[in-house]
Amino acid sequence: MGAADVTAVPAVRLTGVSKAFGGKNVLSGLDLEVPVGTSLVVLGKSGVGKSVLLKHVIGLLKPDSGRVEVGGVDIWSVSARERDQIRRRFGMSFQEGALFDSMTVGENISFPLRRHTRMSVAQVRDRVAECLELVRLPGIEAKGPSELSGGMRRRVGFARAIALKPEILLFDEPTTGLDPINTDALVRVIQKLRESLRPTAITITHDLKVAFQVADRVALLEAGRIRIDLPPADFEASDDPRVVAFVQGDSAMDEETAPLEVSG
Amino acid sequence: MLEGFGRFCELLYRTILGAVRPPYDLKALRDQVVRVGVDSVPVVFLTTLFTGAVMALQTFNGFARFHAEAYVGSVVAISMLRELSPVLSGLMVTGRAGSAMAAELGTMRVTEQIDALVSLATDPVQYLFVPRVLAGIIVLPMLVVLGNAMGIGGGYLVAVKILGANPVIYMDNTFQYLRMNDLWSGLIKAAFFGGLLSLIGCQRGFDTEGGAEGVGRSTTTAVVIVSLAILVSDFFLTKVLF
Ligand SMILES: Nc1ncnc2c1ncn2[C@@H]1O[C@H](COP(=O)(O)OP(=O)(O)OP(=O)(O)O)[C@@H](O)[C@H]1O
Ligand SMILES: [Mg+2]
Repeated sequence: MGAADVTAVPAVRLTGVSKAFGGKNVLSGLDLEVPVGTSLVVLGKSGVGKSVLLKHVIGLLKPDSGRVEVGGVDIWSVSARERDQIRRRFGMSFQEGALFDSMTVGENISFPLRRHTRMSVAQVRDRVAECLELVRLPGIEAKGPSELSGGMRRRVGFARAIALKPEILLFDEPTTGLDPINTDALVRVIQKLRESLRPTAITITHDLKVAFQVADRVALLEAGRIRIDLPPADFEASDDPRVVAFVQGDSAMDEETAPLEVSG
Repeated sequence: MLEGFGRFCELLYRTILGAVRPPYDLKALRDQVVRVGVDSVPVVFLTTLFTGAVMALQTFNGFARFHAEAYVGSVVAISMLRELSPVLSGLMVTGRAGSAMAAELGTMRVTEQIDALVSLATDPVQYLFVPRVLAGIIVLPMLVVLGNAMGIGGGYLVAVKILGANPVIYMDNTFQYLRMNDLWSGLIKAAFFGGLLSLIGCQRGFDTEGGAEGVGRSTTTAVVIVSLAILVSDFFLTKVLF
């Protein structure tokens, strides 16, 4: 673990990251390290700041204080153009899909290919078809985003995120709202990607089954910081009350959100 | 107010940078030129036609008091070219295209499409602002040429068909006192207004906060701010362009 060891530079490192919106602290001194090629799953209650965390990793939000490093480079100490260069290494899928509604599904997925590669029209077409195949939506290239269901939009957004075969994948609740079969299919895609390309991945999910299937490590975000960061088996076995409450989905065991608890 | 002006300058700078740096997206520019043009031709057509007509009626009425009816054609032409056609076209295009830009970018903001652009290593100002602002600068002068023709045509119709002026003399009179500078100053104003309305329209949309309601707010404030900016800058431009 010497400082000179190149492989020791994590793909993503957040140090003391704080962020407040209108006086309300969402992240407060958050530290996080994701080594190259590993998969981290972040769990946390709704509204705790998981999406905000992910947006800090790719530089969509700028921390009020603290550092965000990608491959050892502080992304806010470089120029906007260099930051865009760094972002090319990422693929991000958004919670609601965030598809460009002025474009068809095919144009959405081919957007990064057309913009950042010299692939031929035929190569682009094949890659788009391949990505749609992966998310089990073959042949819908010509459809507009408004013709799709929420779950379909999310899967197209997932396809767009992986189109460039990025080094670092950020998935914001990729399986939320999907039926069990499509959830399983998406999990398999993530697992397959991990075997073939060995990307670094940060996945946000509320689905513990998904978490344990794709994670090397499972982290719990609470009150602005990563409170627990364990391998899946240890996380599942942990007797930390916050983890137990989360794993069992028991709101009464979770002091902060226990409005129904009447006994003193 | 001052903060808003600072933001305007920052985005103006980023738009200029984005315009000179590759990639150059000619397809997007063409799409926007068509969109702004097609959106705006009918309203500019009607507005300037009727303004020219009203100008002829009013000046005829006034000028008759000191027997200067012969100058109606000149006054209509000079007012349209220098002032009315650029300002009215600017205001109309603001209502049509400027508000549409604010609504479009505002929707993209609240549905995270702008975040998605950034995550795909694309500068949203270059990608979204540059084609729109250039389209405004290109299309408005073209609309103003149309507006000039319509305004003069509207004046002619009223003078000749309603007020009984001699068609040949009226047309002579229209062009007798016109200078090239009248046309140019109007076109320069138009290009300026076109860039201004697109940039502010884009900026209001880009900086939208607060969901669908925020998009509505951005759209209305865009129209109000641009309209004021056009009327105020018109005075100073007129002063500079004499
Ligand atoms: N751009 C913003 N402006 C103001 N407040 C924001 C903004 N983005 C997020 N927040 C606030 O930050 C908090 C965390 O939001 P975030 O979207 O990260 O939650 P989350 O953990 O992803 O929740 P969920 O599981 O429901 O997606 C929320 O209280 C939200 O209101
Ligand atoms: Mg979220």
